[in-house]
Amino acid sequence: MFGNFFSYILQGVSITIAVTLVALPAGLVLGLGLALLNTYGGPWLKRLSAGYSLLMRGVPPVVLLFILYFILSGNVVNLTPFWAGSISLGIISSAYQMEILRGALLSISGGQMTAARAIGMSRIQAIRYIILPQALRIAIPPWSNEASIVLKDSSLVYALGVPEILRRAQQLSATNQQPLLAFGAAALIYFVLVFLVNRGLDALAEKTKLPTQAA
Amino acid sequence: MDSPILQVKNLTKIYGQNVIFENISLDVNRGETIVIIGPSGTGKSTLLRCINLLTPANSGQIFLNGQEITAPESNEDKVRQQVGMVFQNFLLFNHLTALDNVMVGLSKVKKMPKARAREKALYELNRVGLSDRADHYPGQLSGGQQQRVGIARALAMDPSVMLFDEPTSALDPELIGEVLGVMETLAREHMTMLVVTHEMGFAREVANRIVFMEKGSIVEQGKPDDLFYRPQHERTREFLWKISELYGKKEEKA
Repeated sequence: MFGNFFSYILQGVSITIAVTLVALPAGLVLGLGLALLNTYGGPWLKRLSAGYSLLMRGVPPVVLLFILYFILSGNVVNLTPFWAGSISLGIISSAYQMEILRGALLSISGGQMTAARAIGMSRIQAIRYIILPQALRIAIPPWSNEASIVLKDSSLVYALGVPEILRRAQQLSATNQQPLLAFGAAALIYFVLVFLVNRGLDALAEKTKLPTQAA
Repeated sequence: MDSPILQVKNLTKIYGQNVIFENISLDVNRGETIVIIGPSGTGKSTLLRCINLLTPANSGQIFLNGQEITAPESNEDKVRQQVGMVFQNFLLFNHLTALDNVMVGLSKVKKMPKARAREKALYELNRVGLSDRADHYPGQLSGGQQQRVGIARALAMDPSVMLFDEPTSALDPELIGEVLGVMETLAREHMTMLVVTHEMGFAREVANRIVFMEKGSIVEQGKPDDLFYRPQHERTREFLWKISELYGKKEEKA
C-alpha cells in the first residue's frame, strides 16, 4: 500500500520541478535585469526597481497567484492554473533575486569598474566581462537559499488544483484517511529535492571558487 | 623635436568647494619619462585620472597625438585604449588568470582573434618577467607580481602614453624593486611615461624630467640633477630634503 501511495505522489514531482523550472529562471532573468538597473541606472530607474522590489516582497505569493488567476486570467490574459502559478512565483522570486544580485554587484569594489574602463571597455562591457562574472560567483550561496524557497513554494499552486506533490498528497489523505502517511511522503520528497538542489549548488560554488593560496 | 605627444593646457579640477588643481599645463614629449612628485593631496593622482578621462576636468584641454581628447565629441573608450593606466592597488580582475587579465582587453575591446590575443598577452607577460605565472589568479600572486601583470595589461593595448599612479606605494619594500625594474626597462625602450611616485631613486636615475607639484599647481620642473641639486624654489628644496631624509637611508643600505 505504501508503495502505491508513494508512486502516486511521485508522479507530482515532475510538475513541482516544472513549476520551479519556470519560476526560478524567470525570476533570475527579471531579477538580474532589475538588479542591474538598480545598481547602474539613473535615479528614476533606481526608484522604480526599488519600488517593485518593496511591493513584490510585501505580497504573499499565494495572494499574487489568486490575483493573477482569478482576476487577470480570463479578462486580460488566458492562463492555465499551471502558468498562473509559475508566473506569480517567478514574479515574487524576481524581487528576492534582485536583492541577492544587487548585494553581490555592490560587493564588487569600484576599482574593478575603474580598471575595466581604463583599458577602454564601455560600461556595458565592464559589467558583462568583469563585474558580473565576479558578482554571480558571490551570489551562488544566497541564490541556493532562494532556489530551495521557490522549490518549496511551488506547493502553493496546489490551491489552484495543479496536481503537484502537495495536491496529490492531499487527495490521498482525503480518500484514504491516512494524513500522516500522505503528508509524510510529501515532506520526504520535498526534503530530498531541496537537498539535491542545495548540494548541486554547493558543488557549483566550490567549482567556481577563485583560488587564493599561492600554488 | 616632434610636437608633444601629450599636452595638458590650463587644466582645472574642482570637487565641490575644493580646488584640486588649477590651470595646470604640461607638455609630454614622445619617449619621455616624467616623474611627478609632491606632497599628498596635491592633485597628482587626480591629474592622471583626468588625463585618461576617468575623472572629467572642469576646464582646460588635453591633447593626445594632436587630437583634443577633452572635446565633447571625443570617444572616451577609444582614448583610454591609447592611455595605459597602472594603479596603486593593482586592480587586477580577480576572476581572471594573469594571462586572461592581459588578454581580455585585446579580445573584448580590440576584438583581436583569440590566438593572436593570446600570443600578444604572453609576449607582454614575458616582458614583465611573468610568463611562468600565466595561469595564476591574482589571489595566487604576490603584490609585486600583481603589479607587473597590471603593467602588462596596460602595455598590451599598445598605448601612446603610460600613466603610473604610485605603482609601488602598496608594496612591501622587498617587492618594490621588481616593479621599478620593469618600469626602468620601459623607460629605456622609450615608452612615454608619466609617473606619480615617492621613489626618489627612480626619479633621479630614470626620469628625463621631474615635475614638483604642490597645492594644485606645478611649482617647478626640470632635469633631475637640476631639481635635486639646484632647486629654484625653497619649497622644492624643503620637500626633496624631507623625502630624501625619509627614503635616502633605505636607498643607501640597498
